[in-house]
Order: sequence, then C-alpha cells, then structure tokens
Amino acid sequence: MAFNEDNWLLRVRNLTKIYGEPNDRTLDLTGPEFGSNICPETESIVACADISFDLYPGEVLGIVGESGSGKSTVVKMLYFDLEKTYGSAWLKPYNDGLLDILEESNQRKRYIRNTLMGMVYQNPRDGLNFGFSSGGNIAEKLIMAGQMNVASIRERASDLLNKTEVPVQRMDNRPGTFSGGMQQRVQISKAIANNPPLLFLDEVTTGLDVSVQAKVLDLIRELQTDLGIAMIVVSHDLSVIRMLTDRVMVMKNGRIVESGLTDQILQDPQHEYSQLLVSSLL
Amino acid sequence: MIENTKYTNKYNFAFIDEATKKEIRRKLLKAVAIPGHQVPYSSPEMPISRGWGTGGLHITLAVIGKEDVFKIIDQGSDASVNACNLREFVNGMTGCKTTFDTAEATLIQTRHRITEEELTDKQIIVFQVPLPEPLRMVERYEYKTLQMHAEADYAKMYVSLYESYVRHGAIMQGAGYPVMVNGRYIMSPSPIPRWDTPNLNQAQTLFLFGAGREKRLYAVPPFTDVEPLEFEDVNFEIEDFSKSECYKTGYKKAFLDEIYSDEGERKFVISDSNFLDKKSEKQETHQYSNKYIDQLQEYGL
Repeated sequence: MAFNEDNWLLRVRNLTKIYGEPNDRTLDLTGPEFGSNICPETESIVACADISFDLYPGEVLGIVGESGSGKSTVVKMLYFDLEKTYGSAWLKPYNDGLLDILEESNQRKRYIRNTLMGMVYQNPRDGLNFGFSSGGNIAEKLIMAGQMNVASIRERASDLLNKTEVPVQRMDNRPGTFSGGMQQRVQISKAIANNPPLLFLDEVTTGLDVSVQAKVLDLIRELQTDLGIAMIVVSHDLSVIRMLTDRVMVMKNGRIVESGLTDQILQDPQHEYSQLLVSSLL
Repeated sequence: MIENTKYTNKYNFAFIDEATKKEIRRKLLKAVAIPGHQVPYSSPEMPISRGWGTGGLHITLAVIGKEDVFKIIDQGSDASVNACNLREFVNGMTGCKTTFDTAEATLIQTRHRITEEELTDKQIIVFQVPLPEPLRMVERYEYKTLQMHAEADYAKMYVSLYESYVRHGAIMQGAGYPVMVNGRYIMSPSPIPRWDTPNLNQAQTLFLFGAGREKRLYAVPPFTDVEPLEFEDVNFEIEDFSKSECYKTGYKKAFLDEIYSDEGERKFVISDSNFLDKKSEKQETHQYSNKYIDQLQEYGL
C-alpha cells in the first residue's frame, strides 16, 4: 500500500492531562528542561502535555520512557480510562474521522472502545474479570458488540483462544487458575475479540519471566502480521520496542522529546535522554 | 371479609406521618413514570425490623385508603407469622377491612409471589424486596451500578447468565430472574419464582416494589413490556411441574411448593393458600395465562 498522509487511522492533537489546578504558566514551567512534572507555582502535576501524532493502519507505534513519564496516561486517555484535560483525537473508522472521540458521550465512547479498540493491560486483573471464566470474559466483549447467540459466542471464543495458544478445554475455567503468561494471552484474546483496527498494549510483558515474555511477544507479532492491527505499544523496555515497533516516541516528564523510526532512534539517538536510554540497554 | 376490630386512633391514619406519605407518593409517581428505574426515598423507621417487609409496608401505608380491602401474603400463604403480624398492624392502624380472598382485595402486599389468580386493573400489588439491585451480583460498587443503569450497560448481566449456562447447562437463577422493563432498565422482580415472572408482562395491574433496607422503590405500570433476559439460543424457562401435582387437589397448573410429611414422603401442594382453598372447594378462578405455561404441553388440562 502506497503511503498516503490522509490515510491515518488515529490522529491525536495536543493531548494533555493535568492533575490539580493549573495556571497559565504551568505548561511553561514543567517538562524535560526543568526535569519535573510538577508546576512550582500551583503544584499541579502535568502527567503529559501536547502529545500529537498520527497512527497509520497496520502500523506499530512505540511509546518509551521511564516510569512517570506519562506514557501510560496517553494510552489510557485514548482508551477512555482517564478523562483528558485538553486535546482531541479522531479515529478514522468512527464517523470517517470527523468527530472528536474524546468529546463523545459515555455511551458512544463505550461503543468505540468495544468495537474499534482493544486494550491489553500490564496487570491481567485490570483487563479481565476474575469472577468470570476466560470464555465468559471474551463473551463480555462479544455481547457488548451485540452478539446474543451462545453457540456462536462459544465458537468465536474457542477460535480466539486457539489463536492465542490457550488450551481450549480450559475455556470454562477462571483466569485466576491460569499462569501469568496464560492470563496475558486470555487478555489478548479478549482485546482482539471484535477484530478491532486498533490495539493498545500497556507494558504487556512486564512481570513475566523471560521465556514467557518471548512467547507473548511472538504472539503479538504474529497477530500483527496476520490481522494487520495497528498497535500502540507502551513499554520501558527497549528490546520490546525494538522487536515490535516501526516507529517510536520517546517521552520524558510528560513530553515527547524525540520521535522517529525505531531503527533510527535506537542507532542514532539525538536527544540526550534518548542517548541515555539507548546506552543503558544491556 | 374480616371486620375491623383493633383500630386505634392514637396514631395518624396508617401510622406514618403525612409528610412521609407525601414523600413516598411523589417517589412512587416518579417510579411509575420511569418503569423499572429504582428511585431512592426517605422515611422514618417502621416498628418492625428491616428484612421483615418494611419496604412493602412503607408503600402500602402510603397508598392505602379507608375504603381499601387489604390482603397480605407471604410466599403465597395468608397465614404465615409475618403475614399475620403485618395484617394485624395495617388493620389496627387504618381500620381497613382485610381479606384472604384475592378477587376481593384492592391492595395486596406480597413477599416472593404473585397471586395465582389474575389481578385486575382495580387492584394494586406491593412487593417486599430484599435486594433491589439486579446488578449487585456482577458489580459490587454502588456508583458503578448507577452508571451501568444510566448508560444501559448490561453486558455483564448477560455474561453472568452465560456463565450459569456454561457451568450448569441451564440458566440457574431460580427466583428474582432479571427482567428488562420497557426495553430500558434491567430490574430484579423481587425474588418471585420464574413461574410468576412472565405475569408481569403487559399486565392490567400496577406493580409496586419497595426495598426498606436500601430505601428504594420501583414500579411496573400496567401494560408495560417486561421481558426475562435470554439469549437467542438459550431461553428463559419457567419451573416444570408436569411430573408433580398438588396432593390435596390433584391440580398441576400452578406454582407448587415441595413439602415433606413426617414420614419423609415428598409431596407437592399449591403455594398460593387462597387459590388452594378455592380449588379445594371447586370454586371458579381466573388464572394468569402466558406463553411459557402454554409451552409446557404435558398439563392434561
């Protein structure tokens, strides 16, 4: 597919999240050049500010940065887990990208979230309901999208679990009885249940041991090539970023300090923080 | 009909004060205007413990008038301790006539049953509700259930039915089967058996529900759609009594209670005591009819 600038899938402009009461100078007094997210005048916390980017269909965008740099906040706002303070976002498959999804009603947001987006959290407890079976968790997503036939729900759920290599005979067991890697794979099945064009991955491999990490990363890469889902991958782990992403944004103190092609940034980092990150890679 | 014997005018008519009655009536109007929506209300405590029908009693005392004929049943029975005490209380505080006869009553308070005989548009039935929130079993936080109702976000409820089906091969919710009211709100029809649930649909009668502990009330006005939750291929079913019959009357087409004799023999008896009496005396009765009963073809009626 020839690259076309108007062909974006997700367009984000000036996305900002501030906790507390900011004043006019809050944004000017925080950021990487001050080394702080906290406004010295108002003590409000700038979790992230002026995040703008375009994501293209099938593309994998990485967001990398240290803890507290605001990378998860960006993704959580786009998935409507957090309310934005300022900013806009448009999603092409929703109303042809004409409406700001962050300004929609809660019902419309839920519709967008369940049919056009998927989210995989670091902690499976955030993404899965541990009171339901793993099949039930996938069913929840399918029912939200209007699927009301138990036989076809179960068929779809076992397809998905097959695809993510979770033993299908454990479909009716609760995720609490699964290992961490398996829980993460169930979460991925749930996230892609409705074939969304866009998937958010928030530190998905953090907390898994190295061999399981590799398996989960393999799975994500396979899904990406098979289904062509566009992804935003949040990680502090540069090897995850290197393995999965086409493009990367480096964040520090709530701002994007550098962005570009992954190879380029990892080979030739320009900003001093990116240089520090790359040099600290084992 | 039982004549009033114990009326006392030491208290305000119907025990609760006029301001409380006004409050409850206003909230009832709101509940009727938004079928299935739970409306919070306030009221002083009743002279009975919570969990013994305070919610039902609040509504009964707020709507009862001097001309009303009052009937109260507890799981179908007019003669249980709870029903007797509340009947005596209402009788003593209002001087209203009370009755066992379903057809004669104008106001019926009930715990866990709808009468077997079809109620008319001249009657009101008040339910005592222990747990008004149908979403409580899937969501423990109050602010989230409120939001789920506001946004009609009911997927979790269906997942719980799916889970029950997967685990047991059928939807196991025995009483208080969740219903969709007027295509908008999911409502817990107080723990009435599945047998009674279809009778809420397009009924002539006004159904009022009161939960005294949570201080919530809700309503199903006459001629409202009330649909039990179900999937396309897994459907709501009522209890099947085709293999059993009432040991006193031999009747099958009613909700039956399972009882054991002193010898340990398993027997069934019609749950609605007034209906049982009428059947025993071979009186004319007019029962509810619905498609679920019609589907159970085995009744030789």
